[in-house]
Amino acid sequence: MTRFKLVVAVLLAVVLTAGIAWAGTLEEVRARGHLIVGVNGGVFGFSMPDDKGVWKGLDVDTARAISAAIFGDPNKVKFSALTAVQRLPALQAKEIDVLCRNTTQTLTRETINGLNFAPVNYYDGQGFLISKKLGVKSAKELGGATVCVLPGTTTEMNAADFFRANNLKWKPVVIEQTAELNKAFFAGRCDVLTSDMSQLAAQRSVSPNPAEYVLLPEIISKEPLAPVVRHGDDQWFDIVKFTVMALINAEEMGITSKNVDDMLKSKNPEIQRFLGVSPGMGKALGLDEKWAYNIVKMVGNYGEIYERNVGPNTQLGLKRGLNALWTEGGIMYAAPFR
Amino acid sequence: MVADENAIQAHASAPEKVPFWLDPKKRAIVYQIGVLCMFGLLAYYLISNTLNNLEKQAIATGFGFLNKESSFEIGETLIPYSAANTYGRALVVGALNTLKVAFIGIVITLILGAILGVARLSGNWLVSKIAAIYIEVMQDIPVLLQLFFWYAIFYETLPSPRQALNPFYGLFLCNRGIIFAAPESHPAHKFMLLAFILACIGVYFFRRWAKKRQDATGKALPVFRMSISAIIGLPLIAWLVYGAPTTMDVPTLTGFNFKGGITLSPEFIALLLGLVLYTAAFVAEVVRAGIQSVSKGQREAAMSIALRPTQVLNLVILPQALRVIIPPLTSQMLNLTKNSSLAVAIGFPDFVSVANTTINQTGQSIEGVALIMAVYLIFSLSTSAFMNWYNKKVKLVER
Repeated sequence: MTRFKLVVAVLLAVVLTAGIAWAGTLEEVRARGHLIVGVNGGVFGFSMPDDKGVWKGLDVDTARAISAAIFGDPNKVKFSALTAVQRLPALQAKEIDVLCRNTTQTLTRETINGLNFAPVNYYDGQGFLISKKLGVKSAKELGGATVCVLPGTTTEMNAADFFRANNLKWKPVVIEQTAELNKAFFAGRCDVLTSDMSQLAAQRSVSPNPAEYVLLPEIISKEPLAPVVRHGDDQWFDIVKFTVMALINAEEMGITSKNVDDMLKSKNPEIQRFLGVSPGMGKALGLDEKWAYNIVKMVGNYGEIYERNVGPNTQLGLKRGLNALWTEGGIMYAAPFR
Repeated sequence: MVADENAIQAHASAPEKVPFWLDPKKRAIVYQIGVLCMFGLLAYYLISNTLNNLEKQAIATGFGFLNKESSFEIGETLIPYSAANTYGRALVVGALNTLKVAFIGIVITLILGAILGVARLSGNWLVSKIAAIYIEVMQDIPVLLQLFFWYAIFYETLPSPRQALNPFYGLFLCNRGIIFAAPESHPAHKFMLLAFILACIGVYFFRRWAKKRQDATGKALPVFRMSISAIIGLPLIAWLVYGAPTTMDVPTLTGFNFKGGITLSPEFIALLLGLVLYTAAFVAEVVRAGIQSVSKGQREAAMSIALRPTQVLNLVILPQALRVIIPPLTSQMLNLTKNSSLAVAIGFPDFVSVANTTINQTGQSIEGVALIMAVYLIFSLSTSAFMNWYNKKVKLVER
């Protein structure tokens, strides 16, 4: 009986205490020695391993910037390729620390799903990709079309809204794996592929015959794509938030990976605060004072990341558009570092 | 009397006086209560801890989401559905799609498996070897790969709707599926269905009566031929009475796709083919084992009393073979149903696919996964309940 009592006592102790202690994500990441980031894995220019197996892309570089801010090393990241359906549960279940997977910020995701969105790292909109042979000029002519779409995305719901609003009949084909879906589309299973414009451009650029496909002019939604963390850890949220802001502010201040060492000698107090020459910002976040210096030195500023992965000189050839700095006609704007 | 009984009881228990912790029966009860308590505590701990954590992360809980507008479309539905309907209805659509593929799949699998199983035992060397190769190959390739294969065959090899193959009038093959003409809906169809059901009921009672009559008088009627002609004949008469409508709903190409007729989507066909061809290999082995379990002497004895070959099969071999066949067959049927959830990979909107989307849009994964488990549990339990009932029915009465 005493043994039974002991078991009950232990069990009660577990019941009473468990769930109270929540280690901060930053401590967990530091103890683990690397960051675990959820990415797409199948979108050229955003997150995809290259032919040598090295992860490349705008979302990947955002993740590397977070790693540089925490560890002073951009490569302490483990990438976890997730489908659209898997991504939010994976974040909620703490399988990943942060999600950088072209995820659209929405009210439901912030509230019911219990997530926090960092500042946007790519402003996108949903469009339609279609074979030139079908001779369609506008999305309004898509009545009766078969449409390939990824399940579990805002895209899926936007498409349903669009066809409903325009009173058009359509038939969705939903396949969870991006690669399988694209294969089906380019083989002709669907008339149209719908997704974010950037993704459509990416899929077209790696398709067997890019010249045969055309993007329809309509953009049917706003898709602010941003890194995401879970509710309940404000310090971690701040770190991710200000990492994105550091990328944007660095571009605005003209600090690049090439001139960042010269900038250390700058007399501008704003730049001195940014690079940790005059300390305070790093400590406030719980990071090294060199955190922003490390980001720019090791990964680059937002402009560099954009040009390297998706800009006009890459295979994707996407113009800056909305994603230009606010000083240059875009809407990329970050809070001041003070 | 009462005093006597008391005395006897007192006498019986007096010399023992065992403390309850040394009495194995009472001790067992204490242990069982203890285990039950621990299980209850564990369940309470898990549930309360989960709820607590969900609340901390401000994630919504409960099944209220089932009444919300789903706002996503589903490609194939058996009941009317649009994005304006609720998540609840979307899930019903998914469950019906799973049932559709499982039911049709099981029927075809049983037929194909039985044929293959018999072919495996055939005296013809070629037939037997072909069946053997089929079984070995199909069993050894993962079913997911088979699904990808059949799906790829569809969209890689077949042309677009505008160049659809049209092997004969009313049938079209293209990468949107198999589209074929169907009789245009007509009031006669309702009566044909009614006639069919009536014929089935009639045949059931007729067979019972014929068996009794045979038991009593020894005279056999051509039951099989009469049943078949009733089941085909009655609906045919209904059709003729209502003016023999022959208008067909022929699919025509309009805009992007075919309108009219019946469309079997590539996703559905690929899923069905993959599941059927894979599971049939296992069923064939089950059937072969069942038939081989009946000793040769049984067949020889049956033939020696001048039973016809069909009678040997129906009256002697099958009743004994089914006893061995049915239990493993049940598990193959359950396998097929559960494997149908691989539909997600090729985009057939089965229950798991719809539930996954729902989980993603609402963020309520615990409820969603619970629903998935509940639905598959119900499917599996009802399949095995039915098969157990059937098993009892065909079981040999043993002494």
